[in-house]
Amino acid sequence: MQLDKEQIKHIAKLARLELTEEELDKYGRQLSGVLDYIDQLKEVDTAGIEPTAQVTGLENVFREDKAEGWLEDEIIKALEDAPAKDERYIKVKRVIE
Amino acid sequence: MKLNELTVKEALAKMEAGEITSVQLVEACLARINEVDGRIKACLTVAQKEVLAAAEKADEIRQTRFAADFPLLGIPFLAKDNIMTKGMRTTAASKILEDYIAPYDATIIKKLKEAGAVLLGKTNLDEFAHGASTDNSAFGPSHNPWDLERVPGGSSGGSGAAVAADMCLFALGTDTGGSVRCPASFCGITGLKPTYGRSSRFGLIAMTSSTDVPGPLAKTVEDAALVLRVIAGRDERDATTVPQAVPDYLAGMAAKTDLQGVKIGLPKEYFIDGIERGVKKEIDEAIAKLKKLGAEFVEVSLPHTKYGIPVYYIITPSEVSSNLARFDGIKYGLSAARDGGEAKNLYEIYAKSRGKGFGPEAKRRIMIGTYALSSGYYDAYYLKAQKVRTLIKEEMDKALEAADCLLTPTAPHVAFKIGAQADDPLKMYLEDIFVTGASLAGLPAISIPCGFAGPHDGEVKLPVGLQLIGRRFDEATLFKVGQVYQENTDWHKRNLRLKI
Repeated sequence: MQLDKEQIKHIAKLARLELTEEELDKYGRQLSGVLDYIDQLKEVDTAGIEPTAQVTGLENVFREDKAEGWLEDEIIKALEDAPAKDERYIKVKRVIE
Repeated sequence: MKLNELTVKEALAKMEAGEITSVQLVEACLARINEVDGRIKACLTVAQKEVLAAAEKADEIRQTRFAADFPLLGIPFLAKDNIMTKGMRTTAASKILEDYIAPYDATIIKKLKEAGAVLLGKTNLDEFAHGASTDNSAFGPSHNPWDLERVPGGSSGGSGAAVAADMCLFALGTDTGGSVRCPASFCGITGLKPTYGRSSRFGLIAMTSSTDVPGPLAKTVEDAALVLRVIAGRDERDATTVPQAVPDYLAGMAAKTDLQGVKIGLPKEYFIDGIERGVKKEIDEAIAKLKKLGAEFVEVSLPHTKYGIPVYYIITPSEVSSNLARFDGIKYGLSAARDGGEAKNLYEIYAKSRGKGFGPEAKRRIMIGTYALSSGYYDAYYLKAQKVRTLIKEEMDKALEAADCLLTPTAPHVAFKIGAQADDPLKMYLEDIFVTGASLAGLPAISIPCGFAGPHDGEVKLPVGLQLIGRRFDEATLFKVGQVYQENTDWHKRNLRLKI
């Protein structure tokens, strides 16, 4: 599976990664190599096999849908890590252009 | 013997007897870190002041009648730096989290603190736990204490090196596809990957949510069991943790002095030509030893073994691309939205923060995962991998009906040189050949030192690890077999050999 530069650019855009020209070249080659390797899965017959998403057999793990208080000092610390704030809110650039 | 060289069990006995204090233990660990970590580079953060204060408090509790309520009272440990530690830097060895201070403790950290253990600091890893060498750390590689030119394995390489060099009494790692077992093997120590769901993931920096599980790196099997007993159990904040009771492992181990009646499976697909000769020889000798101790060996077959790596390298990047989406420059970490950032709009905050903050392997995995999950490719990659995963899981479960546990080498060779596999991601992925199966199937697995072998490209003999894979939730059998083996061998006694 050979990915061309436009495809790599498209993937990087979907992934929200700004890459340099050099990175685009390098990852293009490396990704193609990895995908070639992964292609060997095609030889496995999986007709009628269910996919495995989890392995413990747990089903329907419910809890009360109830808001819980959190430690105030941990809330303050969490907010301190944000780059832009307005009191207890994290500020972002406008979402709708 | 220096205090930092004690096992958890020995140190607890000495503290109980009033021979030593936690402060003395901590001071011995700090002195050791100071002495050797300039060369090994296992630690990213050492919390000298905080750990001494915690040790003093532990010593006070030791004098009260409540001491027995704290199973790890005063024991100093290190934690891999992808595990959240309140008020302490938690970087995942990534530039994107270089200055991040965790606001809360991961459940396993909380449990250890509640058990009286004292946190020395944080250890190096491959960035976001992506790798098998610790070369991928944004803050530089860690070095194997047995040969400083070699890797300690990964991704919990700092934890492995720190335990091997006696900088702490035990360390925490996380294992997604071998990340506890590989460094345990390369560093000559014991490392346990618990059953998926046995120990809580709350407060781990998520990598592959369907296989991530935290576990101990320790000096002995007994110590690993002591730590698991504390960190295991259902956690309301991690819905994938299991309700199964956590047994008193040590009581079970004390009852067993030989391996009569234990059946161990040897999966023939794991004994391939690619294994280094010296590694093969040590594994064969370990098998002979276990036979002598009463174990019965049976051959089993796991025909889908070779698909473990391709399955893992679809599932992992897919889940990584989703989990690492949270690092967006908005809430925390490196951000193009900080003062002086040049981002003009929301997209640029995301793309510039992430482009600058993530290292090469994280970027590769995000891109592979984004591609594999993108419209039109999901069925061919992710869904296909999940189906082959079913086949791998079913055949491992079936093999474990015929045997109580399986034995394999942990890695096909001993520790390789730093940088030897840099920039060849595929070659690095192949490191995981023997460890991905248990991860994909969610089975518990332990790596135990079983000898030393010369690498193909060096003189110094390096540790070899054997892996035992158990039935789901049956860590107890791995501990029993491992404990009997360690009682009858001294490969785990590093201080007999390690000179640094």
